[in-house]
Amino acid sequence: MKFGVVVFPGSNCDHDCHYVIREVLGQDVDYVWHGSTDVRGYDCLVLPGGFSYGDYLRTGAVARFSPVMKAVEEFAAAGGYVIGICNGFQILLEAGLLPGAMMRNTGLKFVCRFVDIRVETTSTPWTNSAKVGEVLSIPIAHNEGNYQVPPDALEEMKRRGQVVFRYSSPEGSVLPEFCPNGSNENIAGICSREGNVLGMMPHPERASEAELGSSDGLVIWNSLLAHCGASV
Amino acid sequence: MALAELYEELGLTGEEYERIREILGREPNNVELGMFSVMWSEHCSYKSSKEQLRKLPTEGPRILMGPGENAGVVDIGDGLAVVFKLESHNHPSAVEPFQGAATGVGGIVRDIFTMGARPIAGLDPLRFGSLESPRTRYLFDGVVAGIASYGNCLGIPTVAGDVYFEEAYEENPLINVMCAGIMPKDRLILGRASEPGSVGILIGSSTGRDGIGGVSVLASQEFDETSAAKRPSVQVGDPFTEKLEIEACLEMLDRGLLLGLQDLGGAGLTCATCETAERGGCGMDVDISKVPQRERGMEPIEIMMSESQERMFALCSEADLPEVLGICEKWGLDATPLAKVTEGDTLRLFWEGEVVAEVPASALAQGPEYHRDAERPSYLDEVASFDPGRLPPPEDLGGAVLRMLGSANICSRRWVYEQYDHMVRVNTVVLPGSDAAVLRVKGSRRAIALTCDCNGRYCYLDPRLGAEIAVAESARNVACSGAVPIALTNCLNFGNPEKPAIFWQFCESVEGLAEGCRQLETPVVGGNVSFYNESFGEAIYPTPVIGMLGLLEDEDNRVVSAFKREGDHVVLLGDTRDELGGSEYLKVFHAEVAGKPPSLDWDSEKALQKCLVQAAARGLLTSAHDLSEGGLAVALAEACIIGGTGAHVDLVGVLPPHVTLFSESQSRALVSVAPSMLADLQDVAGDLGVPLHVLGTTGGTALEVKGLFEIGLDDMRDVYETSLEKMIAGAHH
Repeated sequence: MKFGVVVFPGSNCDHDCHYVIREVLGQDVDYVWHGSTDVRGYDCLVLPGGFSYGDYLRTGAVARFSPVMKAVEEFAAAGGYVIGICNGFQILLEAGLLPGAMMRNTGLKFVCRFVDIRVETTSTPWTNSAKVGEVLSIPIAHNEGNYQVPPDALEEMKRRGQVVFRYSSPEGSVLPEFCPNGSNENIAGICSREGNVLGMMPHPERASEAELGSSDGLVIWNSLLAHCGASV
Repeated sequence: MALAELYEELGLTGEEYERIREILGREPNNVELGMFSVMWSEHCSYKSSKEQLRKLPTEGPRILMGPGENAGVVDIGDGLAVVFKLESHNHPSAVEPFQGAATGVGGIVRDIFTMGARPIAGLDPLRFGSLESPRTRYLFDGVVAGIASYGNCLGIPTVAGDVYFEEAYEENPLINVMCAGIMPKDRLILGRASEPGSVGILIGSSTGRDGIGGVSVLASQEFDETSAAKRPSVQVGDPFTEKLEIEACLEMLDRGLLLGLQDLGGAGLTCATCETAERGGCGMDVDISKVPQRERGMEPIEIMMSESQERMFALCSEADLPEVLGICEKWGLDATPLAKVTEGDTLRLFWEGEVVAEVPASALAQGPEYHRDAERPSYLDEVASFDPGRLPPPEDLGGAVLRMLGSANICSRRWVYEQYDHMVRVNTVVLPGSDAAVLRVKGSRRAIALTCDCNGRYCYLDPRLGAEIAVAESARNVACSGAVPIALTNCLNFGNPEKPAIFWQFCESVEGLAEGCRQLETPVVGGNVSFYNESFGEAIYPTPVIGMLGLLEDEDNRVVSAFKREGDHVVLLGDTRDELGGSEYLKVFHAEVAGKPPSLDWDSEKALQKCLVQAAARGLLTSAHDLSEGGLAVALAEACIIGGTGAHVDLVGVLPPHVTLFSESQSRALVSVAPSMLADLQDVAGDLGVPLHVLGTTGGTALEVKGLFEIGLDDMRDVYETSLEKMIAGAHH
C-alpha cells in the first residue's frame, strides 16, 4: 500500500507516522506538503497530530484552508482512506469530513497519558481485525479533545455504526470517570458514513511497538492493510 | 539623559564605562553604550564566574564541542552526536510565569538546533517556595502551563525534570530548562562568521521593543518591590514560528548551505553579530535599517538590544543565498540578508547609509573578568552543629511513611508531566516517573538516558559536598536505568556574587562539581550561570543543577525503577548510615534544614554505578531505583506503588528503625532481581566490593516491613498520587 503523510506547518507527529508506516508496517510512504493539490497514487492519507499553524485560532481552523485539503476531500469522496489523528482529527472536523466539533478538555489542561479505548464496531476498514469490545491501550496528548456533537446527529452516527472507539476502563466499561476530556458518550474516535475516513484523538502511531509501552495501535493499521489486501 | 546616568541605568559601572572609552579611544555613542551594557552584563559575559569556571573539566574522548559554543556536543557512536544544554529563565518566570517559562523553553531549544541537531527531549528542573503560599501555586501552575504550551507545540517531548518546594525559593523561583538533540556528526555547525564576503541573514520573527535589556535589567540584578514593573522586559513566545525555524534550518543544513548559525537570545542582535564575528575571527558590517520591525519608529539602540523571540542569524555564501531564501519562503519565514562578513575585527552598524556604531567585536564579545572576594558564611557553623539524633523518633512508623509519601517534595509528579507531551517523536522507552528518561536512538541499538538533579538543602549546608552529591546522584539515576554517565551540563543558580558569602558558596560548589566530573570522567560540555537570585536581600539556596547524559549500548538493557512482578528478591545495594542531616524527614517532621548532609565516598559511588550498569547489561535486574530524598522507605514505597505490587522486607541492622528508613546515605540503590539471577548479582557486587543486602521479596498488596508496619498498596497510592493536586488546589492538609 502507498501512504501519504500530510505535512501542515506545525504538524509534529508527521515523522512518527512516517516512521511507523515505513519501519514497522513496511509500507511505502511519502510526505505530502500542505501546498500540494495532487494526491493521486496514494491509497491512504494520514493527517498527523501537531499544532497546525500553532493552533492559535481554533484547532484545525486554519489548516482546513490549506490547498491540500481540497484534494483530501476529493480523495475521500472517491473512497480513498483517510485517517486523522489528534490535530488531524480536529482538521477533519473543521473541514466537515466528519461530523461534530472539539472543545477544550473539561480539565482545561493538556493531557498526555496512556488511556484505554474500547472498540465499538469491527465493521470498518480500520477495526476489522479487532474484536467488538476489545480494549486498546493507546496514548492521548491533547488540550482540545472534548468531542461534541448534537444529540440527533449522535443518534444518527450510532445507528450507522460511526462511533468507532470509546474511552473505557481497562476492562471495557464505558463510564464518565474513564473519559479524559469530557467527550460526548466517551467518544474517542469516529468514522464517516462510508467508513473510509477515520478521526481519532488517541495516537495509534505511539502504540505500534511494544518497547514504547503498547503495540495495541497496530490493530488499526493492520485492519486497514487487511481490508486493502496489502502484503505485510 | 546624560551619558553618566545612561550607563548606570543600563547596569554598567563607572569602571566599565572607562574601559569602553579606552577601547574605543573616544566617548561611546548611545548605540555603542547600549551594546556594551548588554554584552558586558553578568548574564552574557560571565564576568564574575569565568575565573572559577576554568576549574571544570571540559575535555574527554567523546567530547566534540565543549563550552563556548551554543551547546555542548558529545559523540555517542554510530556516527551520531548528542547536543545538550541546561540554562535558566528564573527572573522572567518570576515576573510572568507562563511567558517566562515558555520563552525559556524556546531559548534552550534554539541553542540545540543552532548546532545542527534535531531537538528530541526537554527536561525542566524547577524550584518554588512552599505550596501553602498562593503566590507559589500561581507561579507553579503558570510555569508548568508555559513549558507545556511551548514544548508541546514544538513537538519536543518533555521527558524528565524535577520540582522542589522550599521557602528559600519563595520570591525567586528557579525555572531551569534543558534540551537535548541528536544529529549525524557531520551536520555539526558552529556559530561562527569565518569567511569574509559571506552574508548574514536574519530569519524569523520581526523585531519589537519587547525584552529590551532583559539580560541586564532582569537577569543581572536582585529582585525588589520594583520587579513587577519589569514585566514589559519579559518576551512573548511564538512556538509556531520556532517550529518552522527548526524545520527550515535543519533543511538548510542537510543541503549543506550554511557556513554558520546562531540564535538570537539574550542581548539579541548585538550578541548574535559580535559573537559570530569574534568566534570566526572576522568583522561584520550590518545594515540594521533592514531589520523587519514590529512597530514603527524604533531607534537603532532598540533594535540592537531587543530580545524579541524566535529569531535566527544564518551565514551563507552569496552563491547559496537564493536557495537559503527559498527554503525560508517554503516554510513561510521572513528572511532578510543584512550583514556582510569582513576582514578584521570591527563590527560596524549602518542605519540608512550612516555608520551608527563601530566597535571591536572581540572586546564586545569577551567582556571584562572580575576576581570576586569569597568568605565562608557564618551560618554554616550553626547548621553543622545541629544533631538530628537528639530528636524523638516518630511513634507510628507506618503513618510516618505515608506522611513522607504525601510530602510536596516526594509525592508523584504526574500532575506536572501529564501536561507535557512526553511521547512525541516515538523515542521515549522509559517514561517519566522512573529515575531517568530513556530515549531510543532510531537507526541504532543505542539509547540515551537523561536526568537532572540537585538537592539545594545539601548545597546550603555544605556547598562543596552538595555539588558533589548533585553530580553523583544524577549519574546514579542514569546508572539505575542501565546507562553509563558520559557528560553533563549545569545551571549554577546562586545569589549576588558581589557578596563574599555568596561567592564563597559559588566557589565551593564549582570545586565540588569539578571533583565529581573528574571522579566520574563526565566532562562539563556547557551550561549557564544564573546569579542575583535574591529578593529583598535574601539569597536562594545555592543550587547547581546538573543535567546528566548517559549512554546505553543496547536499548534492551534499560531498567525501570518500579517492581515488575511478584516473587523477585528485593535487594539493597550500598550501606545505610546514620545520616538524617539535611533530609526530607527532618524537614517534614521537625521543620529543620540543618545538620551535616550525607557523606559521599567516591570509590563506593563509582563501584555502585559500575555494578548497576554491569548487572543491567547482563540482564540481571528487574528494577533499579536510586535512594535519595526520603531514603529507603520512600524508594520501597515508590517501587511498590508504580509497579503495582507489594513487598515483604526485613530491615536487619543496628540503626534505629526510623534512621534505617529515612536516612539519605549516598551510594545506594534498591533493586529487584529474579531468584535465578541473585547469585550472579552477588558475584557482580562482590567483585566490585559493593555491599549487598537481601531485604525480602516482592508480592502481595501491601508493603510489609517485618516487625514495624504494614501499609496497603492502595493507601500508599492514594497519598502518593493525589497529594500534589490537592496542594495545588489549595486544600490544607
